[in-house]
Amino acid sequence: MTVNKIFKSCNEAVADIFNGAAVMVGGFGSFGGLPVNLILALANQGAKNLTVIANMGGVGFELSQRIKPEGYQDLGILFERGQVKKFIGSVPALGGMPPNSPIERLYNEGKVEIEMVPQGTLAERIRCAAGGLGGFYTPVGIGTVVEKGKEKKVIAGKEYILELPLGADFALIKAYKADTLGNLVYRKTARCFNPVMAMAAKVTIVEVDRLVPVGELDPEVIVTPHVYVHRIVEVPK
Amino acid sequence: MKSRLDEPTIALRAAREFADGSVVNLGYGMPGLCANLIPEGRTVFFQSENGMLGYGGLAADAEKDYEMINASDQPVTPAPGMCFFDSAASFDMIRGGHVDVVVLGAYQVSEKGDLANWGRPGRPATGMGGGMDLAAGAGRVIVTMLHTTKEGKPRIVKNCTFPLTAKQCVSLIITDLAVIEVTGQGLVLKEIAPGWTVQEIQSLTEARLEPAADLKEIEL
Repeated sequence: MTVNKIFKSCNEAVADIFNGAAVMVGGFGSFGGLPVNLILALANQGAKNLTVIANMGGVGFELSQRIKPEGYQDLGILFERGQVKKFIGSVPALGGMPPNSPIERLYNEGKVEIEMVPQGTLAERIRCAAGGLGGFYTPVGIGTVVEKGKEKKVIAGKEYILELPLGADFALIKAYKADTLGNLVYRKTARCFNPVMAMAAKVTIVEVDRLVPVGELDPEVIVTPHVYVHRIVEVPK
Repeated sequence: MKSRLDEPTIALRAAREFADGSVVNLGYGMPGLCANLIPEGRTVFFQSENGMLGYGGLAADAEKDYEMINASDQPVTPAPGMCFFDSAASFDMIRGGHVDVVVLGAYQVSEKGDLANWGRPGRPATGMGGGMDLAAGAGRVIVTMLHTTKEGKPRIVKNCTFPLTAKQCVSLIITDLAVIEVTGQGLVLKEIAPGWTVQEIQSLTEARLEPAADLKEIEL
């Protein structure tokens, strides 16, 4: 007997994301691996005071047209709608873009808090939460603002800083295919932060291009084992 | 004739530094151009921190796949032997010293090789991305940048005033005017752009430059 993880729509899958929740959102930068339909569903659902954990803060629809001809939606919409209290990530705003992404505007107005984390440290902090570890020592950030307030340790003559685990209440994930148990495979660089985030949340919600019967995915190539996945929505491309 | 190198030419000069068989990561912006400028006869494996090793070059419009992008959000082409992995595995590769060379952009580089490449006045919300991890973990850090700011101020300075990415990490600086090696004894001017003198380059550089014994015009 197995639990039914299949949801008919993204709206139903994100319905219980509560005010003040910590939400991880997969993807890397502007596109490829962003769970765009789950992000839009969360925007429509309206939960507020969210802590959003993602690599990048999104450029918003207007600026996106500079990168991709027809434009696209990203995390920017959650900032535009005033749903985010705090952002944790490595690229809140892109230095190569004008300073009017939604997150940068709100940050400059003092309406959103930012915790800046080097990208590899972000991935590893999430992996620590996923794997039940209390943190790790890294040389990344030594001699920079990142070391401020953190424990330092010299190991074999090299300086390290202690970084702590980072988990979440919900993770919004994009995968290529899921079977109905929740085993996941990804497509090309759309993998990025998705597998590690999928393992680090109390409730992991995934949108997939294709849902397939159990047994159809080659067990040798499954990237995310089904125990990490709680809800699946198929959004055919 | 006196001229400054344009960005593709700076990238072309940087690509000459990639040894046959090396693993190279290209940072955001200008460094990305290196992917299409590898010297003939060499194989380079490009690593991208979003989780890819061994891609081809930048994709032309007709072949763009937005699920196969480099770290600058540009679609790239596939190549035989390429592979994909997640962000955590990608940064193991980077921190663990498995990337031979990284090419990064910069706002400032100091005479000690300190790098400042992610934050600047008036833009407190821009982030470091993977720059700190790459600067700390890659075997060799090459910086490509314009020699001076838009206002003509030096970017190669005694001490960085912008937020640091990492201390004493840069090995080589390639600008529109010069190629400069960072050594334990300071900055060595190795190559200069056609038509420029050592004095002119020095006047646009805050840190002291030591002309190399074999100083020459930038070779492409």
